[in-house]
Amino acid sequence: MSLAEPIDPNRVGELGLEGGEAPGRGLGGPASTRIVVGYGFWIFILSDMVMFSAFFAAYAVLADATAGGPTAKQIFDLNNVALETACLLASSFACGLASLAAGARNRLWFHVAMGLTFVLGAGFLGLELKEFAGLAALGDGPQRSAFLSAFFTLVGCHGAHITAGLAWLLTMMAQVFAKGFRADILRRILCFTLFWHALDIIWVAIFTIVYLIGAGR
Amino acid sequence: MKLLGDLDWSAIPLDQPIPMIASGVVALGILAVLGWIVASGRLPYLWREWITSVDHKRIGVMYCLLALVMLLRGFSDAIMMRSQQAVAFHSMGYLPPEHYDQVFSAHGTIMIFFVAMPFLIGLMNFVLPLQLGVRDVAFPTLNSVSFWLTATGALLVNISLVIGEFARTGWLPYPPLSELRYSPGVGVDYYLWSLQIAGVGTLLTGINFVTTILKLRAPGMGYLRMPMFCWTSLASSLLIVAAFPILTATLAMLILDRYLGFHFFTNEAGGNMMMFVNLIWAWGHPEVYILILPAFGIFSEVVSTFSAKPLFGYRSMVMATMAICLLSFMVWLHHFFTMGAGADVNAFFGIMSTIIAVPTGVKVFNWLFTIYGGRVRFTSPMLWAIGFMVTFVIGGMTGVLLAIPPADFVLHNSLFLVAHFHNVIIGGVLFGAFAGYAYWFPKAFGFKLHEGLGQAAFWCWFIGFYLAFTPLYVLGLMGMTRRLQHYDVPEWQPWTWVAMAGAVVILVGICCQIAQLWVSISRRESLRDVTGDPWDGRSLEWSTASPPPAFNFAVLPDVHGEDAYWNMKQRARQEAAAEPGYEAIEVPRNSPTGFVCAFFATVMGFALIWHIWWLAIAGILGAWATFVVFAWRDRTETEIPADEVARIDRANRTARLGASIREAVT
Repeated sequence: MSLAEPIDPNRVGELGLEGGEAPGRGLGGPASTRIVVGYGFWIFILSDMVMFSAFFAAYAVLADATAGGPTAKQIFDLNNVALETACLLASSFACGLASLAAGARNRLWFHVAMGLTFVLGAGFLGLELKEFAGLAALGDGPQRSAFLSAFFTLVGCHGAHITAGLAWLLTMMAQVFAKGFRADILRRILCFTLFWHALDIIWVAIFTIVYLIGAGR
Repeated sequence: MKLLGDLDWSAIPLDQPIPMIASGVVALGILAVLGWIVASGRLPYLWREWITSVDHKRIGVMYCLLALVMLLRGFSDAIMMRSQQAVAFHSMGYLPPEHYDQVFSAHGTIMIFFVAMPFLIGLMNFVLPLQLGVRDVAFPTLNSVSFWLTATGALLVNISLVIGEFARTGWLPYPPLSELRYSPGVGVDYYLWSLQIAGVGTLLTGINFVTTILKLRAPGMGYLRMPMFCWTSLASSLLIVAAFPILTATLAMLILDRYLGFHFFTNEAGGNMMMFVNLIWAWGHPEVYILILPAFGIFSEVVSTFSAKPLFGYRSMVMATMAICLLSFMVWLHHFFTMGAGADVNAFFGIMSTIIAVPTGVKVFNWLFTIYGGRVRFTSPMLWAIGFMVTFVIGGMTGVLLAIPPADFVLHNSLFLVAHFHNVIIGGVLFGAFAGYAYWFPKAFGFKLHEGLGQAAFWCWFIGFYLAFTPLYVLGLMGMTRRLQHYDVPEWQPWTWVAMAGAVVILVGICCQIAQLWVSISRRESLRDVTGDPWDGRSLEWSTASPPPAFNFAVLPDVHGEDAYWNMKQRARQEAAAEPGYEAIEVPRNSPTGFVCAFFATVMGFALIWHIWWLAIAGILGAWATFVVFAWRDRTETEIPADEVARIDRANRTARLGASIREAVT
């Protein structure tokens, strides 16, 4: 065997992997920072969804453990939930507009759209807190039964994510205001929008598994 | 409202001599080291070059250092347990029950979370970008945050030695014992918050490594050209991403139970304590593969290098690794066959658990066939690898025994189980970490470790391990359950003496390792390696200088097959490689973000443990402010000019060329 030939004991080269920048097979060298950051954030979102799935599993196990307290059917107000859902989905739409505005480097529209996202997200949060406070006032707080513990934790974890997202949103607005659309800030806006949309996906699952199935039983 | 929450002077165990003396010695040691650093004027250097460093190599070294220090702490717990059991026949020994319970809980927690995890993550950190032929991990500052959060967890565990107490619940705090009613002290809270904070660090590391391996590789480094260690690190990192969030969620539920009166796992109000056991093992079983897979990767590199052959069955090794990655999520119930899930469920999980031995067997045969016909050099990394193969196969077989539900009903919760998992964790993970430590040490520091002391350490560990743990198999079969503070069965005591002797032999091994480090540093000039390739290596980390420059590679290597550097060397001997055109390189700027963030995390964790609510809120706000300050900075990278790159690289090329000419002459 000539040593000038690349040694390839498993004949990987014969599979057509040799040379060229075959995308996806990673032969073209390191990816750009934008791809790396977006990709890494996707992986983070996946891990976050695994965390939510543990809370979903706990809820599924404890959904009937009401310990003589109220059942799901008795406490869910679907009108409030419908309003919450509308707020959250509309805020995601506004968030989409904000990322378009960032793409067009239009600061004014970016701030308007992010402001709208904030208002709708805060509205969602307010409605959720209203629901929680109402339950707690009736003595049906998370300490009442395992079912309510699981319910408050699952829905509250989503709410905590929304709260963190709102803090992030304000930080991003301040950053664009102070620094403009720098490359690293644009990457953070990309991550923020991914985060905000992913929270919608979680909410759709909560809406279905917790509220619709709970109220329907 | 009390300003300091539940904290007062009674938290310090002044009446208990053992923790006070131990923590006094530790505190004096830390003060002495800090005093020496400040007095010798090294503090600015330490801050500039290490604490604020975002260089994956520096962070990797700090991870390994943390693991070695915590190994001493965890081992001192171990030797306390072994000596307690050696004397506690018809007697209370010298450790009262509430202290003994803390010792075994701390031992398990520390060895898994603050020795095995940081050691392997440290090696991955150091090696991955070098093997992939790139300049750093995907998120360098995040990497620093991960390390410092892990250090925060370790710090909180050690603070519990002086202020308050540690958990008495075992290394996994099963409810209802860990609930507030049965564990009203702060011990479980120390456990929960140190693991939550360190867990965030581990999760971020997993995300970082997955992104690095999948998106940052040198040109031509296709998936099936990656060294085996990169594959096993990828599998391990994927498992971290998929499993650690379950741990976070489970511990969060226990925290809510304890802090806010929720009813996830309580006896009353519909709580379900078996759900905790299911959830914790849905993380816990993947966790053992998170630990062992990188060790498998290290052995693959070591065996191939020191047999001077390509790894046998590379593709089957990749398949086996990814198969283990998937199967590891389908066996968790074998940790509690006795829960009473029924014969069908137990049968399924029993069969799945035995199936997972198949890909592992594939790996063992591949290593054996790699050695077969090779020109084997019995250096200390190779000794660890061979010792591993023998020991791990025995541990694996006792595992297959325990995977059979009827056998498990007899042996569960006995010392047989304790012997089994030490057999795989010491013989697999720890031997792997030590092999990697000896193998990559010259890459990190530019000189080899003293070989004689390294081999002495290996033989002490190897013999000491069998002396210490074979008796535990016997004791388990004789019916001795785990975690016994004292006992009254006369037949057990001789075996506990043998186990104690084994622990002492291991202690000699650890002393050899400390001496090895000391001797190697003081004789570093005679142990120096100027070529950057002391073992005649095969992968890209050996193609750069030792220690590698900040930018790792002056020019990103171009990869043309497996064993990338081996091929380059073969070609370079035929055609004298021309000097590449050097360009300026941008490297990420150092940042104190990780350290400052971990400071606030420590404050927050401590405050939450002692219910000092205002301080906890301050900690959270501080961490958030740290990130905002980081996000606000204008320059994220510094440039190393082309001249500087050329100067550094030429020095290495000259040394390397000289070595290859000497080799050609002799």
